[in-house]
Amino acid sequence: MVMATAGAARSQHASSATDGRNVGNAERLVSVMAGGALAVYGLARRDLRGLAIALVGGELVHRGGSGHCMLYDALGVSTADGHSYPTRQPRLTGDAATVNARKAVKIERSVTINRPRNELYATWRDFESLPRYIADLESVTDLGDGRSRWVARVPGGKRVEWTAEIVTDRENEVVSWKTVGDSNVAHAGSVLFRDAPGGRGTEMKIEVDYEPPGGPVGALTARFTGLFGQSPDAKVREDLRRFKMQMETGESASTAGQASGRQS
Amino acid sequence: MKAVCWNGKKDMRVERVPDPELLNPHDAIVRVTSTAICGSDLHLYDNFVPGMRAGDILGHEFMGEVVEVGDEVSRVKVGDRVVVPFPIACGECWSCKHELYSACDNTNPNANLLEGMYGFSGAGIFGYSHLYGGYAGGQAEYVRVPFANVGPMKIPDDLSDEQVLFMTDIMPTGYQAAERGEIHPGDVVAVWGCGPVGYFAIQSAWLLGASRVIAIDRFPERLALARDVGKAEVINYSDTDDITELLKQMTGGRGPDVVIDAVGMEAHGTDLMAWMDRAKQTVRMEMDRPMVLREVIQAAGKGARVSIIGVYGGFVDKFPMGAFFAKALTMRAGQCDVQKYLPRMLEHIQKGEIDTTSLISHHLTLDEAPRAYEMFCNKEDGCTKVVLHP
Repeated sequence: MVMATAGAARSQHASSATDGRNVGNAERLVSVMAGGALAVYGLARRDLRGLAIALVGGELVHRGGSGHCMLYDALGVSTADGHSYPTRQPRLTGDAATVNARKAVKIERSVTINRPRNELYATWRDFESLPRYIADLESVTDLGDGRSRWVARVPGGKRVEWTAEIVTDRENEVVSWKTVGDSNVAHAGSVLFRDAPGGRGTEMKIEVDYEPPGGPVGALTARFTGLFGQSPDAKVREDLRRFKMQMETGESASTAGQASGRQS
Repeated sequence: MKAVCWNGKKDMRVERVPDPELLNPHDAIVRVTSTAICGSDLHLYDNFVPGMRAGDILGHEFMGEVVEVGDEVSRVKVGDRVVVPFPIACGECWSCKHELYSACDNTNPNANLLEGMYGFSGAGIFGYSHLYGGYAGGQAEYVRVPFANVGPMKIPDDLSDEQVLFMTDIMPTGYQAAERGEIHPGDVVAVWGCGPVGYFAIQSAWLLGASRVIAIDRFPERLALARDVGKAEVINYSDTDDITELLKQMTGGRGPDVVIDAVGMEAHGTDLMAWMDRAKQTVRMEMDRPMVLREVIQAAGKGARVSIIGVYGGFVDKFPMGAFFAKALTMRAGQCDVQKYLPRMLEHIQKGEIDTTSLISHHLTLDEAPRAYEMFCNKEDGCTKVVLHP
């Protein structure tokens, strides 16, 4: 299954089934059996570790019975058969199909910035200026025809590159894009701008669907590294925070390079 | 330069460190002429605040002379004598525009850490752990002051350092505590903790219309200040086993209309629950010891305002929600929005309406800081407030 993830228009979530089922039939049976065995074993132990094992077993039974797996949900993975269980049919829009919905990980972040909507839109839309605001973005080059080439640094000193094509562009409202061609990280994303209530400035919402390199294992790794602030999710959050700092104050709060007793 | 560095629990050292440099366009560098040890520094000293790293420079109460400014700094210039508020505020975000400077959106580079703990992060704070940004503090010869158009305030030459130094934290902090008690004419205000913040809360309560101020502590030198300078009625809590009853007797059976907790998470107590809190805190089962928090809620009269200014960091056990609910109490808390109060504080000092010097018990050099921490922590030698002169 391939779905279009073209920014604001998309309503599709990575967990595909409308009834919440994302575990296949055979796997459900295995889940119930294994879970039952674990629960019995855990309860028989009569200690704390046993209780923990029993709880895991219980979750497996529940997962098998309901066909819904919380972990799969978190990872955006589904093994449910689309024919056996009614899934929301993806809207395919030809070339717009970029991200495999079964493998996609979704990132959503919102921030309120105390600046007018048109100013924020104009700054964001000027892609080539974004490296000034987003620290890990090395360069953005406008290729014309709504396409641009992006180069970003990732932890470990490596670089990732992608070519983005604008899908939707409505002034002061939304910019959405998808990656095309030779891209290290296939993704589709959008940024929405709307007035915040009570003169609080502008609410900016960013949504990105991307395929983690390495499939479900890669997704798990990305989630796990999130604990240490390095996940793509944490990165988007920090990028938005820095963008806000720059737009509101003209600088990015930092203590890098300051004096301490560690350097002496 | 020389700086007071944290190296672990009860391990402060004066070390040679590189001089600070301008890192951002709104930065200034201040040569520190006076800096104080705050009661909240003792929470760091006792290692109750997470996010400290060996080598961190402490100090968030400091003043001095501007010696260098960044390209975008216009409010102060080289040579100005300034006091510097302890929260770092950008002046541009919605919080700052509404005078909630301590809740600034943009000055904590490590906001993600506090968001994990509290849902949201407030402002960065000088010398107060990496949770609050990891900014180098002012117990040093020089300090980098970010957002110098918002924080530092120029001080008239005719006022001495010791008269104005506490504008940086404890004076407006005590004032805000009283203000958030929403004192109405005729109200009885009770203040738990006669340390420096309590000292200023007591004086501010009078200015804001209290009819009586009752102060509670156990250290004679602090009670003496509260009585003699603060003009408060004082209670030594080690002389009574029932504060609530004593306060009832003092207030015609009504209890105080405003109760202020100027103690916070390292409260002392003598009853069984206090020892349980201490034990739980020691093994990190409970982050804060909320003895005073429980006591102020228990003692508060009906419809009273509870103002929390003592620092709390995490979770507390056995919060008396029933009493809080049944008596229709209101509770307010928060770090001080120092920037908001600076002009008012200066005016009170100039008019002699708030005493800012009597509480200083020790003037010491920066080199004597480790001993000063120990003395202030143990309340030795009648230590009520230490000012260091780099």
